[in-house]
Amino acid sequence: MISLTRRYHFPASHRLHSRHLSEAENSRLYGKCNNPFGHGHDYVLELTVSGKLNPETGLLVPIARLDSFVAEKILRLFAYRNINVDVPQFADVVPTTENMVRVIGDLVRQHWGEFFGDLPSYPSRVQIQETDRNGFELYLAAPEAEASTAQRNESVMVHA
Amino acid sequence: MLITRKAEFSASHFCRAAALSDGENFALFGEEAHPAGHGHNFVLEVSLEGEPDPITGMIVDLKDLKDILEREVVSPMDHRFLNYEVEPFAKVIPTTANIALEIWRRLEKQLQNAHFRLARVRLFETADLYVDVLRPANA
Repeated sequence: MISLTRRYHFPASHRLHSRHLSEAENSRLYGKCNNPFGHGHDYVLELTVSGKLNPETGLLVPIARLDSFVAEKILRLFAYRNINVDVPQFADVVPTTENMVRVIGDLVRQHWGEFFGDLPSYPSRVQIQETDRNGFELYLAAPEAEASTAQRNESVMVHA
Repeated sequence: MLITRKAEFSASHFCRAAALSDGENFALFGEEAHPAGHGHNFVLEVSLEGEPDPITGMIVDLKDLKDILEREVVSPMDHRFLNYEVEPFAKVIPTTANIALEIWRRLEKQLQNAHFRLARVRLFETADLYVDVLRPANA
């Protein structure tokens, strides 16, 4: 089994606040992350591609095309943005990094075919590092043909 | 249990497919396609799976592991031009994936005995790009 992981960096701001909770509950639950004006991070996004190597090129995926894909479909939405205000997917979703990794995983799956429909490889993992100490990882299901060998599907793992 | 040892080597390479035009090679491989080559500080992480020996508490003698990495990978590849000086890269394009697969091939038999076996080769071409070669789940 072979996979390739590429790392991307983006700064963004957010505020953790649930409209289902009171002011006091929000403050108790999210602590400093509930600061009304928000705050920011330099997020590090990892995208892992797995599957078959093209025997003629020795590539799982052309890196330049992967970079274009991530720039256009992910970074354009998130980099230098206020996630609560600027990213439509978070209009009514608390931008915890757990939810960010889910939204980004969905975007990757949704648009993968437009860029890489011709390749026998697939996106298998999204990981976001919010700080050096907080990482969030989402394993994406393999396509049907490979599904029997996929060990973990759709599980969010949180390292805190 | 996994144990991981790191090694580094600096080498030059380029990525071009002989069957493709200059333009196609740059479209596919980006800056990696410059024909005179360029270099990286490759960082290799080799993971073995096994259990600690009940007497020594060790999965593997790390000195032995270091010597094997040195002999099989670092010594032949460090400060070399991979396309011209290291087999099989005269014929196989030295993409990060192919270099990682070649390292797996070189190490697999050397790192397999009753106590441990090779579980993962992770090769960083840069801090932001790495390839994993994993033992298939059923092997």
